[in-house]
Amino acid sequence: MPHLPQRAGLGFKPEHFHDLMARRGQVGFLEVHAENYMGDGGAPHAMLTALRADHALSIHGVGLSIGGAQGLNRDHLDRLRKLIDRYQPESFSEHLAWSSHGAEWLNDLLPLPYTDETLATVCAHIDEVQTHLGRRMLLENPATYVTFQASSWSETDFLTEITRRTGCGLLLDVNNVFVSATNHRFDARAYLADFPLGAVGEIHLAGHETEELPSGPLLIDSHGAPVADPVWALYAEVLDRTGPLPTLIEWDNDVPALDVLLAEVARASDLLGHATKGQADAA
Amino acid sequence: MPPEMHHAALQDGFRAALWADAPPDGLTAPNPAEIAQRFKVYRNNVFHSLTRALAARFPVVERLVGGEFFTALARAYLAADPPQGPVLLHWGESFAPFLEGFAPVAQLPFLPDVARLEYLRGRASHAADAAPVAPAALGVDDLEALHLALHPSVHLFASPHPAVQIWQGQQPGAPKMALKAGPDHALIARRPDFALVVEPLDPASFAVLTALKGGAPLGAAARHGDLTAALTLLLTHGLIADARKGTPA
Repeated sequence: MPHLPQRAGLGFKPEHFHDLMARRGQVGFLEVHAENYMGDGGAPHAMLTALRADHALSIHGVGLSIGGAQGLNRDHLDRLRKLIDRYQPESFSEHLAWSSHGAEWLNDLLPLPYTDETLATVCAHIDEVQTHLGRRMLLENPATYVTFQASSWSETDFLTEITRRTGCGLLLDVNNVFVSATNHRFDARAYLADFPLGAVGEIHLAGHETEELPSGPLLIDSHGAPVADPVWALYAEVLDRTGPLPTLIEWDNDVPALDVLLAEVARASDLLGHATKGQADAA
Repeated sequence: MPPEMHHAALQDGFRAALWADAPPDGLTAPNPAEIAQRFKVYRNNVFHSLTRALAARFPVVERLVGGEFFTALARAYLAADPPQGPVLLHWGESFAPFLEGFAPVAQLPFLPDVARLEYLRGRASHAADAAPVAPAALGVDDLEALHLALHPSVHLFASPHPAVQIWQGQQPGAPKMALKAGPDHALIARRPDFALVVEPLDPASFAVLTALKGGAPLGAAARHGDLTAALTLLLTHGLIADARKGTPA
């Protein structure tokens, strides 16, 4: 199975199509949300087909509801299979979250408690996804605003055990780590010290917004702003430990001109370059 | 909620609380007094993201009723008929029927048909691809016996209200025009360059195109009106995917 290059990539937005075609190959890879490409035809498929010819591709699902108590939507698994067969992406990833309740689609990545029961459910769902798609998937750590009384596992232990049981990889969203750490008043560095970095196949970087609660800040994972400086610092520290990893700049709301995003890509590329050099020096 | 509470029951409570004033049982936070404010982020994300997704599919409906009213309208629609799956590209088929029964918009009798037009436009944008035939494909003897396969994005729209004119009047840069009384008809489709077409039709052209879309041979379709005008329209927009004699595929 081919891998994403150890370069900085970009979440593709249709408004950037012509600019990206004019700068083919300048970004390390592109990522798209699977569900936006599940129509029969039209502009989305034409654009993705054109870009795919010159870019490595990550397909990032938001629709599987892997953390849901109910069984996976088999129709949706079939749609994913079709999409993956068509575009042969280097990576497929999904979220540790739930979004469906019965047939109802809630359109947000909702949190789950970390218990023996949910661990078994999530692992069974990931097994089913990997079997149905015939490939290994990456699972992304969530940004959360609440936690659960029922949780008996730490998030990092939960993720570690999922990778051990299912063989899946992880998508480490460093902004999500910073958002959750701030929101739940824990130390992001301690979290990352416990995170199974050996399983990470891709990193996400995105911006967040800040609200104020009486007890302190509540960060919202808005994907509508530049990556914050503390997130860049954590990212550099992760790379010191892992060496270079495929890294995505995510910007989904209030999307700016491509140049603004390419500046973020360039900043990630710089850090990836240092990480590569650090590895070479250590060798 | 006790820690042994099962995951499914917990999610039932979480889902119910998205529609309620209070957060669900079973949550914690460093300062438990802030749980409600934290849970509100999820409530906002769910309603805001779905409202914006609906507005993206029905921008003219939103413009006609105003943003604030649309938000309340979206909430009522979500309560009545939430999306039934994660692919939102085709969401909203039931929006027009919902509007027909929604008393607060009863004074806008054209609104459901404007929604129906926008829904069909969305369907057209994601319909299957099909390459257009060259105009020469129609240059055959016995033209009357020819059947056409129209592009999968082609929809023929009819409303007893001036719904097409109202939709056109809400497009960016549209001139102010006096509305003529309905009925309105239009061809809705996607061109090979992916531009979406909403082409107003007279009733006869609507009838000709409806017959052609239904598989009638050109000779039979011509009995409804001006066949040449209809074919010119289809060819101009690249909307004939196949043309052959005999029974349609």
